[in-house]
Amino acid sequence: MQPLVRTAGISKSYPSGGTTVRAVSNVSLAIEHGEFVAIRGRSGSGKSTLMNLLGLLDRPDCGEYVLNDREVAKLSEDRRAAIRSHDIGFIFQLPALLPRATALENVELPLVYAGISPSKRRRAAKDALERVGLADRSHHWPNQLSGGEQQRVVIARATVNDPALILADEPTGSLDSATSNEILSLFETLHRNGHTIIVVTHATEVADRARRQITLHDGRIIKDAAASDKNLLPNGIVLDSSR
Amino acid sequence: MSALESLRIAMRALRVNKLRSILTVLGIVVGVGAVVCMVSVGAGAQAEVSEKIRTLGANLLLVLPGAKNSGGARLESGTQPTLTEEDAASIRRELVDVQVAAPLLSRSMPLVATNRNWVTVVAGINADYLVAREWQIASGRSFTSDEITSGTKVAIVGSVIVEELFNGRAGVGETFRIGSVPFTVIGVLDRKGLGAAGRSQDDVVFIPLSAAKSRVLGAVRGTTREALDFISIKVSDASAMPEIERELEALLRQRHRIRGDAPSDFRIENPADVLFARGAAVRLLGSLLIAVAAVSLVVGGISIMNIMLVSVTERTREIGLRMAVGASRRDIRWQFLIEALILALMGGLVGAISGAVASVTIALKAGWPILISPWAIILACGFAAFIGISFGLYPAHRAARFDPIVALRFE
Repeated sequence: MQPLVRTAGISKSYPSGGTTVRAVSNVSLAIEHGEFVAIRGRSGSGKSTLMNLLGLLDRPDCGEYVLNDREVAKLSEDRRAAIRSHDIGFIFQLPALLPRATALENVELPLVYAGISPSKRRRAAKDALERVGLADRSHHWPNQLSGGEQQRVVIARATVNDPALILADEPTGSLDSATSNEILSLFETLHRNGHTIIVVTHATEVADRARRQITLHDGRIIKDAAASDKNLLPNGIVLDSSR
Repeated sequence: MSALESLRIAMRALRVNKLRSILTVLGIVVGVGAVVCMVSVGAGAQAEVSEKIRTLGANLLLVLPGAKNSGGARLESGTQPTLTEEDAASIRRELVDVQVAAPLLSRSMPLVATNRNWVTVVAGINADYLVAREWQIASGRSFTSDEITSGTKVAIVGSVIVEELFNGRAGVGETFRIGSVPFTVIGVLDRKGLGAAGRSQDDVVFIPLSAAKSRVLGAVRGTTREALDFISIKVSDASAMPEIERELEALLRQRHRIRGDAPSDFRIENPADVLFARGAAVRLLGSLLIAVAAVSLVVGGISIMNIMLVSVTERTREIGLRMAVGASRRDIRWQFLIEALILALMGGLVGAISGAVASVTIALKAGWPILISPWAIILACGFAAFIGISFGLYPAHRAARFDPIVALRFE
């Protein structure tokens, strides 16, 4: 079976103050079905750009990207939008909900654009909310929900269409540590249920939950390690894991 | 995504900014209101003109006596009693296209029935007058030629007289007095409604011209027993009207022995022309209103565009989110286009209702005739929709061109 995500030498440059910045440079990676991967790096390392590329929000300047057995690097904007609505679930940093739609309507949104009938998508959205433990908050507005609840609604939205790939960008960015833990536990549950998850973060406690960590620096992968030997650098030096 | 879905999203967005939405559509409301109002008034005026021309009788010309010259000052029309029954007879005889030339002599007189009285216009005519006016007898009969020549004391009355003098009784066979002279009703006229001057045409009593001259009206006038108020001429062919007018002028100048360029002592009028002129005045008012409407609609369109641009900017992050979860550029374009369309259509609807209400108010307060046409409403709303789409196109296009990454980062 082909890996779910496979990129070969993708790069992306942005014009910035007269010069061009190479945000992602010649990145090749493969992510299998059911993996839970963290993409780490300091701000400016290119991890957000890489996530935008993987999530088909952006198109690489060069390189290949095969998602779910399909070459997607050169698709038109509308084709990419269609793939986003069917195959990808996004979990953004808060606020990531439409303020003028209820929790249920927010969860329904991907199904609306995927052209699912109203009764079907209502049922699917209710199920998704129930899975994140918010069945009783269906008709609340985002501003009536706590930060943790809002993020759980976002997760329900990202999983409502049973996507092949879930992409999360700093999912605990604006949450306190207790709430962060709840959310991360939810990620682990999703992982156990077979979802493929890529989390982009600069926070160690988030990355540590993943089974594989990819570290970016200046747009290049400098480290790609499985969780079991996450304290081991490629050159064999053992890091202090207690900090 | 379905159109219904876009509609739902647009309605939600508009409801959130109620006051802003209402203010935005004011221009459209005024524009559409003006169109509906203008068309109603214009159509009403047109209908009234046609109706009056119809009740007047088609292809009618009037010959009126001219104004008397008194030491250089010209007195009012009719002060110079120059028209005679002989003139009428000769017009009928000499001019080929003239169907009838009916003399008329009238005066306001008191009427008395058994226990009621009434003051109205008593007109001496012959049967030709009813032909010229295309006026039917509702019950009873018209004058016989014998009654016309011998001046029998019989009368044909309008429906108003039946109500006022005979208290709604049949009328035919009743007797009443004009001044002190007793008359018998032989016929009641069809109802004609309001005339060009706004007075009921049915408030009238017709008697034979000879009877009017010898027994009722002539005696009072004294000096010239032959004088008429006017002669009504029915022309058989509308296209012959201008020519008949010229021939009429020549004939009467000859009969009245007016030489060279001396002014005529009579006047020829085409009453339909007067009505058409009035219709034209209303149409002019209508074109002014159209100009107001056009300006309002354009201003309305611009304000829709303005508010949509603001809305697109305000909702940049929302657009980014929608795109991230799978909205195509087309979905986004439709969402904002439909929002603009709904704004314009709501303005159109409110405008159409206001226009209709304004029209009815004009009808009630100013007494103008109006005719609210559903086509005007459909047309005005359609135009509002066109404005909404054309001015909503650019903001919607702009929203659809957003880069989802940039839009998502927008705070």
